[in-house]
Amino acid sequence: MITERVLTLGALAALGLVALAAHVADEPFTVTLATRAAIFALAAVGLNLALGLGGLVSLGHAVFFGLGGYAMGILAWHAQMYQPMRIGPLEIAGTQSMPAIWLVAVAVSGLAALLIGLLALRTAGVYFIMITLAFGQMFYFFAVSWPAYGGEDGLSIYVRNGFPGLNTLDPIQFFGLCFALLAAATGLVAGLRRAPFGLALNAARQAPERVRAAGIEPQRLRLAAFVVSGAITGLAGALFADLNRFVSPAMFSWQLSGEIMVFVILGGAGRLSGPVLGAAAFVAMEHWLGGIWEYWHILLGLLLLGVVLFARGGIAGLVTGRSHV
Amino acid sequence: MSAALIAEQVLNGLQSGVMLFLMAAGLTLVFGVMGLINLAHGSLYMVGAFVAASVAAATGSFLLALAAALAGAALAGAVVERVVIRRLYDRDHLDQVLATFALILIFSEGTRWIFGSFPLYLDVPPWLSGPVELPGGILYPRYRLALIGAGLAVAAGLGLLIGRTRTGIRIRAGENDREMIAALGIDIARLYTLVFALGAGLAGLAGALVGTIQSVQVGMGEPVLILAFVTIVIGGIGSIRGALAGALLVGLTDTLGGIVLPRALLLVTDPATAAATGAALASMAIYALMAAILVWRPTGLFGARPA
Amino acid sequence: MSEAILSCREVTKRYGALTVSDAVCLDLRPGEIHALIGPNGAGKSTLVGQISGAIRPDAGRVLLDGQDVTDLPVAARARRGLARTFQVSQLAGGDTVRDNALLGAVGAAGAAFGLRPRRDLAARAAAALDRIGLAPLADTRAAALSHGERRRLEIAIALTLAPRAFVMDEPMAGLGPEGTAELTRLLDGLRHEAPILLIEHDMDAVFALADRISVLVAGRVVATGTVATIRADPAVRAAYLGEAP
Repeated sequence: MITERVLTLGALAALGLVALAAHVADEPFTVTLATRAAIFALAAVGLNLALGLGGLVSLGHAVFFGLGGYAMGILAWHAQMYQPMRIGPLEIAGTQSMPAIWLVAVAVSGLAALLIGLLALRTAGVYFIMITLAFGQMFYFFAVSWPAYGGEDGLSIYVRNGFPGLNTLDPIQFFGLCFALLAAATGLVAGLRRAPFGLALNAARQAPERVRAAGIEPQRLRLAAFVVSGAITGLAGALFADLNRFVSPAMFSWQLSGEIMVFVILGGAGRLSGPVLGAAAFVAMEHWLGGIWEYWHILLGLLLLGVVLFARGGIAGLVTGRSHV
Repeated sequence: MSAALIAEQVLNGLQSGVMLFLMAAGLTLVFGVMGLINLAHGSLYMVGAFVAASVAAATGSFLLALAAALAGAALAGAVVERVVIRRLYDRDHLDQVLATFALILIFSEGTRWIFGSFPLYLDVPPWLSGPVELPGGILYPRYRLALIGAGLAVAAGLGLLIGRTRTGIRIRAGENDREMIAALGIDIARLYTLVFALGAGLAGLAGALVGTIQSVQVGMGEPVLILAFVTIVIGGIGSIRGALAGALLVGLTDTLGGIVLPRALLLVTDPATAAATGAALASMAIYALMAAILVWRPTGLFGARPA
Repeated sequence: MSEAILSCREVTKRYGALTVSDAVCLDLRPGEIHALIGPNGAGKSTLVGQISGAIRPDAGRVLLDGQDVTDLPVAARARRGLARTFQVSQLAGGDTVRDNALLGAVGAAGAAFGLRPRRDLAARAAAALDRIGLAPLADTRAAALSHGERRRLEIAIALTLAPRAFVMDEPMAGLGPEGTAELTRLLDGLRHEAPILLIEHDMDAVFALADRISVLVAGRVVATGTVATIRADPAVRAAYLGEAP
């Protein structure tokens, strides 16, 4: 039997090797595809913490993805225009340094997750699903109608942001950055799962009454998980914007929220390896199937239906023969 | 701001509210009776609009197009219920979300495959076009007025159906106790198909009616679906009355926010900023309303409150 | 009264016209097993809910270690050492027996937000499992346990909470004669760990274990006393024991 640890390390290693092989074979486009998969996987690592471990069916994670994207877009835009941001009496210069952008992306999306979580966690079940979906739409419409940063058209950033000591314009180096963050986030979640926090969160999903009777408030755990989850997905959003050198309201769209959820489910909900497997499978299908047939989303829909109705453990479940961790 | 403008916006709010009600009623019924959250409800709205546009183009008859939209969406709903949805009743909400999200992908891309990416247009029939003069000299489009009337008529009809007929009694029994109605010898599988098809038909009708004032295109259903969710969260899930109250509140907040906020901001800032900021804030108004309701009454205006 | 670890003072709860708890006074003293018995519908579950914090009484106070906990939620009472087991087992079925037992230790230590595994807590969980005889099953998923094993795991979790008082809601429910005898021995040994408020239908177990018995009928405590007193009490025989010989 393949253990979760082996599967996760194997999936990460495979993704890294694909990118390296493509780099050696001088196929930068494939490196970019692998980068896309790594970033989507990172977004899914975030959602998986809330969804797989916490049982919070968030259909609004594009909010955090989009906020991360706009954190990058707005900071880099101010830097590229040499025009400081004015908030009241404050003047903040933009930046094109990735670490600074990441920090802001994580902080902003974590804060948004805190606010949305405080409201949405007043309810449960279908209400939670509908509310997260609705807040996603709110951010989408706000981004469309707020004219300062491109409105509906979005913002283009001419040069990819920098990272000290690296040439981020080199596809394999940028992949390395994204991959390192993905590995770090996966490691973080793996650690959380073994720690009392993950144990309690996992139990709170299955038997909230028991957790309460053991002296633990499930709602606080869920809120904390939602905040960390949002922050990780926000970081992925900043990377995605840097990959495309472009942000637009589409990063807030409900389709994207749905897709992040599809990565998690396709790979295996609650599984450490799920996000990487699911995101890689999605990007591979998008590339191959999308190249063959314009309407490949029909096939994706059928596949998803099949997974939900007949193979609930996703890819990780098929590989390990268990539908649960 | 003139009184006529306000009156016009109130009517616009009512119009979008009653159309929203047609969507929300089906969603809330399906949830109340079968415990299912159906993301593909927006796809049925789209199906209604496309069927109507096709039938109108072929026959030239608007009423025939509406009837076809209702029937086509109901039929699509019944088929989807038999093939996919009924496997989801015993599943958790996550599975329901995923499977119905998969249905959106299939419906949307399938429609794009058949009809292409260009929008279709449905024309307002001549006997409903042009303005009417309302008391106070307000000119208002006849078609939109007809939408309000049609929506309220459907709401009343639905109220009668649920409250007064045998089918309605069965539907309400289904909300309370599945085993009970099975014990009464009612074919529960057929009842579920019927309820789902009814909700689908209402969504299809709304799609056709609204498709006439907007364009008919792939992806038209989901923004309305999300608004319908906001409506349900505000009104309280499972409650038809809540759906009506929520729909009207959302419709009015959305249209009135669009004219009130930019003007209110004029008091504190320059016209250009007021217009831009006002529009951006107005786009958030209904979500702010939803957030306020959540803080005040987490199960919605007409939702069951925990003891 | 003052020595009681857990007490209810005039706890009252009404649902509409129905009084489910009628000025209930009850106390649990160190080292004792205090059984709460009563016919179905007497209001035992509602009372347990008010003691554990899931239900708020309309009037009256609940004291734990002499401190008023009436306004505290379930989790806060649990952290103060109020350890309850459920009538219907509440376990994280997908998690191992060990992880379930850890929950109480984590809760009692206030470590639910801990980001590193804690050896001390793991040791406490292991000791509780050992005590309860579940150590060999530590790696089994809770969902795979037999009914009797689940009942015992419930008690193990309560043990890891560093309990000041146990509240056990029908721990014998659904157990066969053998399981009941085994659990009876176990509870007998636990009373020195912390006193037990035992809600139980199995009269043999109650008479074998209880130091004192309170009888709840229609929301009222109609009698409290030793086993012998309760057995002899004519009011109790009429109201309760007579119904279930």
